[in-house]
Amino acid sequence: MTDRAIGASLGEIRRLVRDPLLAFVVAAVLAALAVFILYPLASVIIVSLRPDGRWTLEIFRHVVSNPYLLQGFRNSILMGVLTAVIGTGIGFLFAFAVTRADVPFKRILHAVAIIPIVSPPFIGALAIIMLFGNNGFITWNLLRIRNFPIYGFTGLMIAQAVTFFPVAYLTLRGVLESINPTLEDAALDLGGSRFRVFRRVTLPLAMPGIASSMLVLFIETLADFGNPLILAGSRFPILSVQAYLQITGMYDLPTGAALSVLLLVPSVTAWVIQKYWVSRKRYVTITGKPTISSVKIVSPAVRSLIFAACLAVTAFILLIYASILWGALAKVWGSDNTPTLRHFLYVFGVGFKAVRDTLTIAGLSTPASGLLGMVIAFLVIRKSFPGRKFMEFTSMLSFAVPGTVIGIGYILAFNKPPLVLTGTLLILLLNFVFRYVPVGIESGVAILQQIDPAIEEAAVDLGADARTTFSRVTLPMIVPAYFSGLVFAFVRAMTAISAAIFLVSSRWNLMTVQIMAQVESGRLGAAAAFSVILVLIIFGAIFLIRALLKARYGRYGGSMLKF
Amino acid sequence: MSVRLDKVSKVFLDPSRPEGSVTAVDRVDLEVREGEFVTLLGPSGCGKTTTLRIISGFEAPTRGDVFISGERVNDQPPNKRDTSMVFQSYAIFPHMSVEQNVGFGLELKGRPKAEVREETARIMNVMGLTALAKRRPDQLSGGQQQRVALARAVINKPSVLLFDEPLSNLDAKLRDQMRLEIRRIQQSFGITSIYVTHDQIEAMTVSDRIVVMEGGRVMQIGTPFEVYSRPANRFVADFIGRVNFFPVTDASFSEEGLDADYRGVRIRAGSRNGDIREGGAAVVAVRPESLRLEPESGSAARFLRGRIDKAVYLGAVVEYEIDAGLDRPVMAVSHDPVVAGFFRVGDGVSLSFPPAAAHALAPEAVP
Repeated sequence: MTDRAIGASLGEIRRLVRDPLLAFVVAAVLAALAVFILYPLASVIIVSLRPDGRWTLEIFRHVVSNPYLLQGFRNSILMGVLTAVIGTGIGFLFAFAVTRADVPFKRILHAVAIIPIVSPPFIGALAIIMLFGNNGFITWNLLRIRNFPIYGFTGLMIAQAVTFFPVAYLTLRGVLESINPTLEDAALDLGGSRFRVFRRVTLPLAMPGIASSMLVLFIETLADFGNPLILAGSRFPILSVQAYLQITGMYDLPTGAALSVLLLVPSVTAWVIQKYWVSRKRYVTITGKPTISSVKIVSPAVRSLIFAACLAVTAFILLIYASILWGALAKVWGSDNTPTLRHFLYVFGVGFKAVRDTLTIAGLSTPASGLLGMVIAFLVIRKSFPGRKFMEFTSMLSFAVPGTVIGIGYILAFNKPPLVLTGTLLILLLNFVFRYVPVGIESGVAILQQIDPAIEEAAVDLGADARTTFSRVTLPMIVPAYFSGLVFAFVRAMTAISAAIFLVSSRWNLMTVQIMAQVESGRLGAAAAFSVILVLIIFGAIFLIRALLKARYGRYGGSMLKF
Repeated sequence: MSVRLDKVSKVFLDPSRPEGSVTAVDRVDLEVREGEFVTLLGPSGCGKTTTLRIISGFEAPTRGDVFISGERVNDQPPNKRDTSMVFQSYAIFPHMSVEQNVGFGLELKGRPKAEVREETARIMNVMGLTALAKRRPDQLSGGQQQRVALARAVINKPSVLLFDEPLSNLDAKLRDQMRLEIRRIQQSFGITSIYVTHDQIEAMTVSDRIVVMEGGRVMQIGTPFEVYSRPANRFVADFIGRVNFFPVTDASFSEEGLDADYRGVRIRAGSRNGDIREGGAAVVAVRPESLRLEPESGSAARFLRGRIDKAVYLGAVVEYEIDAGLDRPVMAVSHDPVVAGFFRVGDGVSLSFPPAAAHALAPEAVP
């Protein structure tokens, strides 16, 4: 450190000393991040390198020499790359259709692309089995094929594309919306053909968004656990499932840990590229007011083509949800389709504990996670203190760390003193709070960047101290964003499985884990009924939060409701 | 209540610069008297806003001391200082009504509700905001928001009122109106005020005194008359209004001012400022409106002759650019063209000026 840098951090430390409340909050947050994010991660890495008290690469040598485990690594990377490309492609198609192509039924297309985001991520896999599996509606009931090879690459590929394209859609819609259509008009006006304008203007401007979407999809697919557990099978092993099976099936913690470390490396690499490189390349359109384009970049023939493609995807997604609903109501899926409520009766009878537990855990962890996210966003954006960069990096790291890794980390870190938490509600809550804190941070950062710091300064100038400024000025302004952020955190908590599956116990169980168990024991009807209830709870929660926000903040007009 | 800055400097770390830091405010000395309206004027990046933020407490000076009412306030946070700021972006609280915004300062001081309500009503009445009391900020026009920001700042009866380019977001007409409004409010409350702007007309209209800044340093402190007609150096002369510079040599001082050689003609400037040596070089500054133009007569020995290069007729005045064979065209303005008549492009003119309108300066732009 140079003298000046030392001088700067001395200044920061002086400021902390002068504001003991800030100092306390900073210290508490840093400590919590270290204990509940870094410590479990370190535990995983250490166990894989030091299985029996001495440092060795033996475990990794064992993994690399095992063709089956190595295959899992290759498959995971392959699936991640393909999903990144295909999912981003479909996402771009939808985003382009909605923002540029002026196709009919835009609102419906938008809704269809949103539904998978607010559903459990393995609903696609469940539906694919119900449609194409051994007793599949299409493969067996319609086509009379026995043992259609849906397990493995094909089935998983379809499930992952359907599950993750909405993430790409949301990113790219924002990107395309921010590209001023008059730029395209200008290029057309200069004499470019439509295709040339798309290739030379629209696409290059959207490129950073496309790259960012691909990296995010790669990370999410790599980390995904639900779909591969249902669909991958033994012919197409996937790393996250292998790590889980090593631990729960063979009680081999070091190998499971080593596999999850293999998962961690590409995932964190992609995240660092996304965060520190791609996201800096974003173009900013340098114009004032948004303008409406008079000339559309899409010709009628191309518009029909785009619309047809979107319709096909839409039909498939509707088919998925229809089959889940139907499966929940059919007596025995594939052989006896008489409607019955007995699966729902099961969910509300024997299975109701899981529903209650899930609601308790999501209901407790979501507000806490959202609040922590807001506090971290506030500290990182508005305050300067030693460890600010560390706080930002660590708290966002959860996004890059596959759930499998963090789940294994938690059982390693918290099954021995000083913190024995395995089997408790607390371990699930802590896991959820710290795992979904990036959601809260992102919405907090977005809103704080929109709020002029002068507004907070004005309060200080009028005589408010730090606490009053936060509670009377900052907090009321960010509350709507806090609740919007809660929606996504709640969805994530309700649908979480990859980390949670390591942490559930007979005392505390989750609906997602229940669904998995039902699928594994072949009770597709019960799994479908659980899924329907889960989706309904999520929709209900979203509707409730929206209504509350509108009732509470509607009178502030647009400026407070935009988020 | 007075404000005093004693050799105040502010150094920001800036890794992008080779020296690793930038001096935003450089040894600024300033004394603002009770009830006075002082403007910090300068181009962007001259350190005026940083100086204001040091007075308000949002920035700590790297060196030097700040005194408010004789008390050293370096270590006082902004919420403990008896200053109120009107922000460039107004910084109206978006989740509070006009009334709540205006009354917030008193509320923070823990005043009884009735008193807050009464005082808020009184201030809103003075500011013409009564009809808007229940409105939300996003239902206000720019000028109304400006009024709310001002009302919110004066309600605390601060010792010092600080303005950070408060009019820069308003359109021209509203700006003229708010300028007078601000001056009226300031005078009726008698609050010591410090105002930051880069607009010289704004500074001339509202201020008792103007502080001209450049590169973090104070170039001149003076009344509007002084900074315009008796600038301290070439930077001030050039920054405030338009000006012609005539480089002269062989200066000599007398009762009437300064005499010096300009291209073989002895000319006289009625006043001078800065470091000019007997027998040395200087620059004579003459404002365009002080130059007299006459038709070229051929015989009369004027100090400069030229030809009209551009003539812009603006109704009340005519603006000329005259090619006199110098590096830059000479600027001149003549008033009341209906009575005085005006020249056309190509006409030959001879130029003169009364010594009282000429001001001699040291040849360097900035000391």
